[in-house]
Amino acid sequence: MAGALAKGRSETRPRKGMRKIRVLIGKPGLDGHDRGAKIIARALRDAGVEVIYTGLHQTPEMIVNAAVQEDVDAIGLSILSGAHNYLFPKVVDLLREKKMKKVVVFGGGIIPDDDIPSLRKKGVDRIFTPGTPLSEIVEYVNHRVRPRG
Amino acid sequence: MYNGKKTKAIREHRSRWERERLKPLLSKAPERLRRFSTVSDELISDLYTPADLEEFEFSRDLGFPGEYPFTRGVQPSMYRGRLWTMRQFSGFGSAEDTNARYHYLLSQGQTGLSVAFHFPTLMGYDSDHERARGEVGMCGVAVDSLKDMEILFHKIPLDRTTTSMTINAPAAILLAMYIAVAEQQGVSSKKIGGTIQNDILKEYIAQHSWIFPPDPSVRIITDILAYCADHVPKWNTISISGYHIREAGSTAVQELAFTIADGIAYVQAGVDAGIPVDKFAPRLSYFFNAHMDFFEEIAKYRAARRMWARIMRERFKARDENSWKLRFHTQTAGVTLTAQQPMNNIVRVALQGLMAVLGGTQSLHTNSMDETLALPTEQAVTIALRTQQILAEESGVANSIDPLGGSFFVEKQTNEMEEKATAYIRKIDEMGGMVEAIKRGYPQREIIDASYHYQRLLEKGEKKVVGVNCYAREEEELPIPILKIDQEVERKQVARTREVRKKRNAKRVASRIDALKDAALSRQNLMPVILDAVREYVTLGEICDAFRETMGTYTDPAFY
Repeated sequence: MAGALAKGRSETRPRKGMRKIRVLIGKPGLDGHDRGAKIIARALRDAGVEVIYTGLHQTPEMIVNAAVQEDVDAIGLSILSGAHNYLFPKVVDLLREKKMKKVVVFGGGIIPDDDIPSLRKKGVDRIFTPGTPLSEIVEYVNHRVRPRG
Repeated sequence: MYNGKKTKAIREHRSRWERERLKPLLSKAPERLRRFSTVSDELISDLYTPADLEEFEFSRDLGFPGEYPFTRGVQPSMYRGRLWTMRQFSGFGSAEDTNARYHYLLSQGQTGLSVAFHFPTLMGYDSDHERARGEVGMCGVAVDSLKDMEILFHKIPLDRTTTSMTINAPAAILLAMYIAVAEQQGVSSKKIGGTIQNDILKEYIAQHSWIFPPDPSVRIITDILAYCADHVPKWNTISISGYHIREAGSTAVQELAFTIADGIAYVQAGVDAGIPVDKFAPRLSYFFNAHMDFFEEIAKYRAARRMWARIMRERFKARDENSWKLRFHTQTAGVTLTAQQPMNNIVRVALQGLMAVLGGTQSLHTNSMDETLALPTEQAVTIALRTQQILAEESGVANSIDPLGGSFFVEKQTNEMEEKATAYIRKIDEMGGMVEAIKRGYPQREIIDASYHYQRLLEKGEKKVVGVNCYAREEEELPIPILKIDQEVERKQVARTREVRKKRNAKRVASRIDALKDAALSRQNLMPVILDAVREYVTLGEICDAFRETMGTYTDPAFY
């Protein structure tokens, strides 16, 4: 089971003919703070989203490979170590290389306000800062992310 | 403490009070909340009386400070003798940057050092490793080789300063580097004092800075216990940590229970490795969180001392009183700080620091107001240190020992904390101990459930956080200054480590690395071999690579 991707499926059924939204929650980098990532994974799952959680200590390559393999519609990244300025854009770049530009990338963690504009410019769709209600994140995913196929 | 006759009278009085005084009032003006509970969601009664402490015996359950079961404190004079050690966890950027911060903190009245390493060090990678990109110096200080450690402690006399190092999987390596720096200063390893966190079990449970699988990790720890008992007798060999368990979202009871269960696992491992319990147990120490619920936290510290004393004496048959004493460090809860209205954090930290002091802590770190945003600025850390100094010098709370002892409420909460934590420990024992429980994911799942439960209460408004779900402000926050780590730190650090590698004696380095692998595969104590390696400037990443190759690695089971 070590290193396997954890999947959670919700009880609620998707609308007919419509695939459920698939979101990969990823922890790039070396920090071990996964409380936020796990809570968001659960909240999205409870809201009917299909969630794949990568587990800790992932490289951007590992995250993007998982996203390709799982055919996800969005990636949520969480970092609390301060390495977001390097690792978030790296994930976006790798997605472009894999021609997966439509995958929405959002993120959260300990991210100073000053860093947000440059992250957005580099293709991170949205940054959630500490104290964001779960409902706001769920609503964002439901409105911003469209299931493909 | 109170006999049956007296408590019967008190119970009768209480019913009368409820009937005649309370009920008539509540019918007109009901209570504010439907239910009153702690931050861990434990129900709290409106009033406590001696009737809640019927089974309580003063000398058995409370006693005197410095005496078994140490509920009131581990030293007979507590803070009337010596104040707690003020120890701010600190590290950022390069070894030079952090060394300057240490000199500043010591000049401001801090009484001990506490090193925060950056993530690559915690995870056993050198700064020039691909996995270190973007992380160098961000979340702590970069230490790759003995060279960095020499700079980190430049002009800090290691015979007169105690140092705590938050380091786990590579703890043996950082301890070896510290010993080597002390040697360079002419200070024998017998004279140095300090702490390595070295608590790998809570890494699997909560903090998640692991490298190797549980079994070889525990072997490294028992090697450290055996080595230090003979060669570094004043060193605290494990700081058994509840802090991170709580930060990951556990309740207070879970923090207490899982931490003590980790402690039991280490003592058992030491005994199983053939070290007499009284030879290493006196050097074990604890590390707890100071969260937001005032009395719950104080009860937790008091219960912890009593539980550990009983476990060490009864379960492990320790004879040395020092083996029974639970000495602990406290850090205020990072997770309670808010990015919204960040100056409010100063108040939260002051309350939390007060809990730790009323709970009898031996050392304390108070968080800085800006830590939900970045590592602390000098101004923010100074306020945090001053908070401790105000508690110590102005508030009067350090004048009398265990001032809350005997409070019906606090004693009842202390009892309940012990009962509930003991029930958890029994369950873990039934699973075959903490290492087995971790392999099954038991404590991990309990914590995720608790953290999700709290988050739901918060979202429903049943738990409140000022500035977040009540008294929030619509307008822009007033900005506070933020510490920024210069991108140059990574470039310079990578250059330094490459320079160190170039200057070493390649032949001796290669033989030291071979010796590390051989020792890992045998039953030989690893500490002397690691010491020989760091003295030759073999880097932390190289040592960890040798162990990864021989001991294997651990990956996140990734359940949520």
